[in-house]
Amino acid sequence: MAKIKGAIVVDVEKCKGCEVCVISCPTHVISMTKDVNGKGYHYAYMENSDACTGCTNCAIVCPDGVISVYKIKVDA
Amino acid sequence: MQISTKDIIKPENLVYTKTKLLTDTPLSYCPGCGHGTANRIVMEVLDEMGVQDKTIGIAPVGCSVLAYNFMNVDMIQAAHGRAPAVATAVKRVFPDKFVFTYQGDGDLAAIGTAETIHACNRGENITIIFVNNGIYGMTGGQMAPTTLPNMKSSTSPYGRDVEIMGHPLRITELVAQLPGTYFVSRQAVHTPAAVRKAKKAVRKAFENQKLNKGLSFVEIVSNCNSGWKMTPNDSNKWMEENMFPAYPLGDIKVPKDENI
Repeated sequence: MAKIKGAIVVDVEKCKGCEVCVISCPTHVISMTKDVNGKGYHYAYMENSDACTGCTNCAIVCPDGVISVYKIKVDA
Repeated sequence: MQISTKDIIKPENLVYTKTKLLTDTPLSYCPGCGHGTANRIVMEVLDEMGVQDKTIGIAPVGCSVLAYNFMNVDMIQAAHGRAPAVATAVKRVFPDKFVFTYQGDGDLAAIGTAETIHACNRGENITIIFVNNGIYGMTGGQMAPTTLPNMKSSTSPYGRDVEIMGHPLRITELVAQLPGTYFVSRQAVHTPAAVRKAKKAVRKAFENQKLNKGLSFVEIVSNCNSGWKMTPNDSNKWMEENMFPAYPLGDIKVPKDENI
């Protein structure tokens, strides 16, 4: 059965660390880094990248539009 | 077969990214503010309709005063509250353009009440996007006409006392009573599902303008985490528990001949 795999790219310097994406992710992929960006915010990253399905929920809810979503179909 | 993240991140696999109708200027809103999402869905709708070169937006005074820096369409910055009046003039001079105003509650429901109500009553063929966060966010969280009863703000530190300060103004219900408005809806942008619904309502509002149907009014209930002194996620939860009972989501006035 084909499986959908996704990945996100966060524009690190524009992320303001609001964490709205973290609770919007249905598969709990996103966390905040311990590092900070140039403005001093903790930014979002894929902690559990295997679980990402590319559903775009995080990108749709991101107030600053910093998340891009990629998705492919994998034949398992 | 193991697929690495690098294999997925290729231009041909892109499914979602920020629309080109938003400039690369970092948004000036606070972290987690619903304004950013509201800006984005308006621009996404205009992008999908392919009307970037035919759109004129009116920026208000308030947190979204710098909207002309973020929205990559022709913009005018109106005096405080006067955006519907400016939009009326622009639409009458250029009837084939898409004209929208993007206003907050201090702008639309306080100082601009007269302009709003009369533009709605005349049924100008414009789209009004109204972002309601129940507070004057830009100037430091003062009480606005839309502030809820017993809600604390910097000018009502013991909570809004309705005996002295009056009741919250539900201007969306007010303009829905006027014969000039064609489509009136209230949405939110705090969850992915809510954003999708809000985008549909905004799309509908601009489609109505294309068909010369009359004024479309979309309220977006938003959070103001800085003004409410909460984290973004806490403020979204507070909004669900307190704002939504006072400002229920959904379509308030839908044209009789159709349902969305």
